[in-house]
Amino acid sequence: MSQAIDTVNAKDTSRADRHVPGSRRRSIVRLIILGLVALVFISPLIFMIITSFKTRADATGIPPTWIPNPFSLEAYQTILAPDSNTPVLRWFVNSMIAALLHSALVVVTASLAAYPLARMNFRGKKIVFAVIVATLLVPPVILVIPNYLIVSDLGWLNSLVAIIVPTAASAFGVFFMRQFFIALPDDLEEAARLDGANRFEMFTKIILPLAKPAMATLALLAFLTNWNDFLWPIYVLFSPEVQTLPPGLSTLQSANAVRYDLLMAGAVVASVPVLALFVFLQRFIIEGVSRSGVKG
Amino acid sequence: MTTLKEGGAPSEQRAPRQSRAKSSPREIRRQAPGTPWLFLAPYLILFIGFVLVPIVFGAWISLHTWDYTRPLKPFVGLQNYTELFQPDSAQFQNFWGSMQATGIFTLFSVPLLLTIPLGVALLMAKKFPGRNFFRAVYFAPYVLGVAVVAVLWRYLLDNNIGLVNYYLGLLGLPNDIAWTTSTPAAWVALVGVTVWWTLGFNAVIYLAALQDIPAELYEAARVDGANGWQQFVNVTLPGLRPVLSFVTIVTLIASVNMFGQSFLITQGGPGRETRTAIYQIADTGLRNFQMGSAAAMSYVLTVFLIGLSLVVFWLFREKKGS
Repeated sequence: MSQAIDTVNAKDTSRADRHVPGSRRRSIVRLIILGLVALVFISPLIFMIITSFKTRADATGIPPTWIPNPFSLEAYQTILAPDSNTPVLRWFVNSMIAALLHSALVVVTASLAAYPLARMNFRGKKIVFAVIVATLLVPPVILVIPNYLIVSDLGWLNSLVAIIVPTAASAFGVFFMRQFFIALPDDLEEAARLDGANRFEMFTKIILPLAKPAMATLALLAFLTNWNDFLWPIYVLFSPEVQTLPPGLSTLQSANAVRYDLLMAGAVVASVPVLALFVFLQRFIIEGVSRSGVKG
Repeated sequence: MTTLKEGGAPSEQRAPRQSRAKSSPREIRRQAPGTPWLFLAPYLILFIGFVLVPIVFGAWISLHTWDYTRPLKPFVGLQNYTELFQPDSAQFQNFWGSMQATGIFTLFSVPLLLTIPLGVALLMAKKFPGRNFFRAVYFAPYVLGVAVVAVLWRYLLDNNIGLVNYYLGLLGLPNDIAWTTSTPAAWVALVGVTVWWTLGFNAVIYLAALQDIPAELYEAARVDGANGWQQFVNVTLPGLRPVLSFVTIVTLIASVNMFGQSFLITQGGPGRETRTAIYQIADTGLRNFQMGSAAAMSYVLTVFLIGLSLVVFWLFREKKGS
């Protein structure tokens, strides 16, 4: 009975959403308009992909065309050639290595740190947490100069370690995981404790398996951030063979100012992994982002 | 800052659970004194080494004439700071010129990035076929890096062969605008590209908040005879208030930190007109290696940024009792 009332109510609200009669036609019109706007919105990305398959002349032809004529792989062959002084393939590999290791480092350190902050009582917990919170207010720019000197002293300049490790001290990651651990029921570890498990076993055998979705989301966000990072890598990675794709694109742009076929091919190479991740895992990415806003 | 603000709420919610924990399963939360620190250690090493120490070290650097390439780094007290406030000093013009560029960019991009994504989110708020697809389309540019976005748009904005000028011409508008080499066109370009690139981020956050507003509130407003606009003002906007302050601050910080667009699309030009504060700091410190001066600039910028954030917090504060 009460269930029936609920469904009636639900119907009511959904009907209330379309309060105007004849709204079916209106919603179709709306859908078409939305579709057109979305198409215009995304067209720069489509044009980028199209141009990457054009020849040099075709890419700068007037008027610009939406179909490559002829269809050409020349741009990719040029930029992916191993002997090029803009080794895009090498940059791709560097970007992949850096982003994967960075992402793993963030997930491991943030999960480990978030666990006691969420599920243990100990002296100093509040202070540690407050200090981590406070650094969220610190704009990253004040870290750039001192971290350059620290990285230089560690001998990490011009090596991938420089873009993998320092940025992994992510306060966001700790928050994100803590938020998740706090929401788990209190007595989860009880059974394990009775079986004589220690804290680390409770963490790895009980908490972590439950935290897989949160860890996957954090891993994705960390991967994207690192893959796309620009300011820090352009200053700490200077030789072509150790660069990643974002500073590489900058190098490619200065080396080939109006070779737009090459530049678009380079941009596509830098976009494919993140767009692929986005297409397959967009739910995680979008939910991770919206959760960061709503629930902090 | 999210967490600083919202951090209050979860811990309040948690309070009753903790007091419950005290009665029976309190054991669970007890362990050897070193255990929590073992868990924290790997993160804290990174955090201390690359966040806490640099904050202090940066301040120390700013008190020196610190040239990376020279062995001597003489202590100069507050000279790097006072120079930034002396109109006849070498750094004055460069620094405040770049602060002005950052200011212009922020002034125009923040309002657009608060309103346009709200419009997009409102369009997506109702269920309709393909909604998730549209949401993904608007979010897609955000997953790309600034380097891809900037290289792409420098092509589209090319004076002679760019798509933008070509289509403007077809519409009967001027088709020879120098988007990357003249102002104010360059500002329009930088703000426009940034809005295109990041609007999906704000839209997704708005959307999540819109879905958290109870449908009964709209129902009640309709019963009271509120029209669409009145519902928006009296139900939607108050419902968005908690995320509005978050979105405003995040957008503000992102805009003040603008760098890549200017570096790759306009190269800071024409002249130094679109060279932003971050650009200036990076150039001074990491290209010219005047690190003391650059560190001082970064602290001045930080003071501005924290001041702005406090103003936003104050504007969005809960008006208690009213």
